[in-house]
Amino acid sequence: MNLVTNNKWIGQRTIRPDGMDKVTGRAQFAADTTMPGMIWGKVLRSPHPHARIRSIDTSKAEKLPGVKAVVTAKDIVDFPIAKGAVMLGIQDMRWMCRNVMARDKALFPGHPVAAVAATTEAIAAEACKLIEVDYEVLPWSIEIEDAIKPDAAVLHEFNKFEGKPSNIAGRLEHKKGDIAEGFKKADVVIERTFTTRPVHQGYIEPHACLISVASDGKTTIWSSSQGQFMVRAMTSMLTGIPQSDIRAIPAEIGGGFGGKTIVYLEPLATMLAKKSGRPVKMVMTREEVMRATGPTSGSKSTVKIGATKDGKITAAHGTFYLQAGAFPGSPIRGAAGCSFTPYDIPNLLSEGYDVVSNRSKVAAYRAPGAPIGAYAVECVLDEVAEALKMDPLDFRLKNAAKEGTKAAHGPTFPRIGYIETVEAAKNSDHYKAPLGKLQGRGVASGFWFNAGGESSAQVNITEDGNVVVTTGHPDIGGSRAGIANICAELLGIDYRRISVIIGDTQTVGFSNLTGGSRVLFASSMVVTQSTEKIIQTLRERAAKIWEIDPEAVKWENGAAHPVSPNAGQFEPLTLEQLAEKAPAMGGPIGAGVQLNTTGADGGFGTHVCDVEVDVDLGIARVIRYTAVQDVGRAIHPGYVEGQLQGGVAQGIGWALNEEYIYTKEGKVDNPGFLDYRMPVCSDLPMLDCIMVEIPNPKHPQGVKGVGEVPLVPVMAAVANAIYNALGKRFYALPMSPPKVLEKLDEPTQQAAE
Amino acid sequence: MTELRYLAPDTLDEAVGAFAKAGSAARILAGGTDLLVQMRSGVLKPGVIVDIKKIPEMTAIEQTADGGFRIGAAVSGMALAEHKSFGKVWPGVLEAVNLIGSKQVQGRASAGGNLCNGSPAGDSVPAMVAAGAIVTVQGPNGRRDIKVEDVPAGPGRTNLKPGEILVSFTLPPRPAGSSDAYLRMIPRTEMDIAVVGVGVSLTMKDGVVTAARVGLGAVAPIVLLVEDAAKALIGSKLDDAALAKAAAACSAACRPIDDKRGTIAYRTRVAGVLLKRTAAIAAKRAQGK
Amino acid sequence: MAKVHVTTSINGEPMEFLCEPNDTMLDALRGPLGLTGSKEGCASGDCGACSITLDDHLVCSCLMLAVESEGHEIGTIEGMAQGEKLHPLQQKFLEMAALQCGICTSGMLVASDALLKKNPDPTEEEVRFWLAGNLCRCTGYDKIVRAVMETAAEMRAQ
Repeated sequence: MNLVTNNKWIGQRTIRPDGMDKVTGRAQFAADTTMPGMIWGKVLRSPHPHARIRSIDTSKAEKLPGVKAVVTAKDIVDFPIAKGAVMLGIQDMRWMCRNVMARDKALFPGHPVAAVAATTEAIAAEACKLIEVDYEVLPWSIEIEDAIKPDAAVLHEFNKFEGKPSNIAGRLEHKKGDIAEGFKKADVVIERTFTTRPVHQGYIEPHACLISVASDGKTTIWSSSQGQFMVRAMTSMLTGIPQSDIRAIPAEIGGGFGGKTIVYLEPLATMLAKKSGRPVKMVMTREEVMRATGPTSGSKSTVKIGATKDGKITAAHGTFYLQAGAFPGSPIRGAAGCSFTPYDIPNLLSEGYDVVSNRSKVAAYRAPGAPIGAYAVECVLDEVAEALKMDPLDFRLKNAAKEGTKAAHGPTFPRIGYIETVEAAKNSDHYKAPLGKLQGRGVASGFWFNAGGESSAQVNITEDGNVVVTTGHPDIGGSRAGIANICAELLGIDYRRISVIIGDTQTVGFSNLTGGSRVLFASSMVVTQSTEKIIQTLRERAAKIWEIDPEAVKWENGAAHPVSPNAGQFEPLTLEQLAEKAPAMGGPIGAGVQLNTTGADGGFGTHVCDVEVDVDLGIARVIRYTAVQDVGRAIHPGYVEGQLQGGVAQGIGWALNEEYIYTKEGKVDNPGFLDYRMPVCSDLPMLDCIMVEIPNPKHPQGVKGVGEVPLVPVMAAVANAIYNALGKRFYALPMSPPKVLEKLDEPTQQAAE
Repeated sequence: MTELRYLAPDTLDEAVGAFAKAGSAARILAGGTDLLVQMRSGVLKPGVIVDIKKIPEMTAIEQTADGGFRIGAAVSGMALAEHKSFGKVWPGVLEAVNLIGSKQVQGRASAGGNLCNGSPAGDSVPAMVAAGAIVTVQGPNGRRDIKVEDVPAGPGRTNLKPGEILVSFTLPPRPAGSSDAYLRMIPRTEMDIAVVGVGVSLTMKDGVVTAARVGLGAVAPIVLLVEDAAKALIGSKLDDAALAKAAAACSAACRPIDDKRGTIAYRTRVAGVLLKRTAAIAAKRAQGK
Repeated sequence: MAKVHVTTSINGEPMEFLCEPNDTMLDALRGPLGLTGSKEGCASGDCGACSITLDDHLVCSCLMLAVESEGHEIGTIEGMAQGEKLHPLQQKFLEMAALQCGICTSGMLVASDALLKKNPDPTEEEVRFWLAGNLCRCTGYDKIVRAVMETAAEMRAQ
């Protein structure tokens, strides 16, 4: 494959196609949409962490004037447990159907139990209060340690681990060599246990949808989601409406980070719309988002790493327990599969345990599982490096994975850019800058799989010679800008002549989720192939006009040219001219391509973090940060930097202040932005980025996924920096002020054995 | 569905009349930055809202003849900051009021609302207590003055009698060599509710503290006037021993709880730390540095 | 509840609308007024996505009752551009990639505009503390702060 290297548009900081609407307030997010006759839906949610639902009486609610429909689990398609898993991507529909509406049991406070649609939100809310639910309250557990106790109340009796009903819902492992032998060879062995709290993706836009179901079942859905095809499929499976009758339109999405890769409201609103005959709008409050949509897992990880005194890692063992929430499915794959992957370790055992407990079902959060595992591994690596008296970046270089290394999760690496990220970090101005009093510096690396997957696109030439590109994935990072750059580069025209839109399930072919750092990778592949087909058509048409062979025509700078003077002396034929002639020359010029794209490679990052600590108040602040990442090819550098900076900011919040706090009754005590403390503007410094470009040889423009890696190293980088400042290690997140002061008060620990 | 009536009277008498008549169903609306949040979350369902922002006395900032200040209860933090001299005389009170929430909140939130909301952590209150503010309230039985430290009664409660509306804060004239400061501990840099808040007002002459008041917030059911801390500072040159004694007095005065914002141990410790820092700033300002 | 009739001025234009007495200004903007540029992120004044100006003061529209707008001047994101001509802040945000998902952008722009009107030469720290009430989860704030400061510099130079 020939890499495109012109750089007229690729690599330029162009204006994003959706930008104008967003800066003027015109962009339509799901909650901004309306339809004539629209009514409002509200959800009744369980107040209990764990309860059997003996009965639900909705009769009083149904009689309230203004109420048009009521929905319970009876209206949602059941996926019986006994029939086995029904997978849609990585989601098991048996859990999905129970997550959107409780069936026999409420499994967390906030679990939907019923839904009402009425002419106003206030009436719908009032009606919810009139629904009588008979709960049999059961004992509950939230934290991993409580959920795996032998006497813990089991959420799902059918779930067995080692022969007994258990809250451990799954286990996976990656194995290489023999760790017992490996540890024997080590001169230094460090084993530590780490805990993290659940943290929320924190998108500023709550979940919202507007759904209309006509009497013939034709359904239109506007929703905030990371995948309109996922919305269509899940809604279809949960309501029984055939996919071909559902048009799922992706509204502009106000942040997702993985949290909007499943549905919560859509099946409920669809059934309310169907039963009432009116379009139904449902918008979550911030409190509902925090209580009832998946944060990521809390975790308990134990990591043991051994190395010889010359700095070679001989063995590593990681055990990662991740909270799944009410249903199985925590991201143990990411924790176990990514955490050791930047390193070439001859003997390795990496185990993940999926633990259910009475909190909301986990949802994906930016490189799911990997930041949790990396926090543990990268902190232990820091301790091992210190014990070996090696610079932590040199230690990583000494053990770095490279082309030919067999990764823990299976593949053998092709040309990768990990070493380059470590070297760039080492050579950065940041790494060399002096530190002041009570300041410290930490480093960490990280890896994420990245994905390829299905994508469809159509590229059509307008009658006046411009371009409309229809792609299939919601744009949460700036992919439309990247696509416009690529298409402009290929066609050799000004990028402003290209309109990039996102199709819905009835106007564009199947395209998988926006997630897995795959959107630009996958969509640019199909856009490239579509555009190449168009270029072929344009060459053929020019050839016909000139009466020469198409092979003698080249496409350059927006026009067809003879390949050489030998082919003939012809004036170039521009895109506009060929478009004008199109009807007479065989018809519209356009092409569509659908692929299950492959060739996505994992991404690597290495971060450098400086902190300053107020030791009397225990407040650690990040004062300087540099994120280095192998980005493949920065199609739009501004939006690639944006991914790095956004992930870093989320990681700083996770490291220092974000956490789910529960009351004694098992309810979320901080379901709002006041006490769920995400970084505000004044909390952060400028976030510097160094983009290392090692193009992906399997992609036409060399693109690698970039969106998720940036979150992976951050917590360890911050923790290692705080250690450097204070001489105290943190084995629990967040490193909030009371915890820092507590640790400063502890007597100094014995040196590592 | 509850009926809600919104009233925006032009005079204080009308406001008191309507407020008293509606009894416990009524709420006063100044900036609304607490009230609207409580209404939206369902914690409060008022039947009558009395908006006091049209009443001139409520939104006025006046310098009294003797050099003191009278601030209307509904004056926003932003308006207070825009006053040409208030911040020079009472920088601590000004910074306290303007630490409430965000810039958006400061455009509306008032010291009156902050006090009457009764949160033990309200930022303006420790500074007002340290300033020795007197609040004027008006009710069905007329007007009366209360020391600001006597207003809070417990979390969410005040000692105002039924029907009484807070009208203004009166701050005393400042002797030469006086200034104040307010510091709070929050985990982020903005936007959090104070985990501990300390207000210190000092008068100094030739480097010696001749008068002091210390207000301590978020460490007890109500904001505290810590007289022992003030006593430790008065007569001293703010040397380490005096500061340590005042800090210990603040820690000793703490009766905090463990909650989602801080622990007992942490708050008690931080109260002392903040006292030292706040006193240092107030002293610097008092000495014109 | 009987609806209340409110007469106000929005972005310089007289407007009237009907609302419930307990509707917030944000409810009124997004509902009867059809101005959906101001966004609801939290309804509790903690995220700033609903930022507007009230008589040129920056406020959260979720923290004021719609009825309070009677007789006052409201400024929203929809009033920032003049016809086709973008405000320099809007233009700079586009040029410097100071937005990704866009849900915080309306509030950020209204808040930044209010800052520059008050302080045409803010330091980085002043910008950051002014915008502390505007949450962004996508950008890490870096490019937003840069865009505000560059706009300020350009506007001062004119």
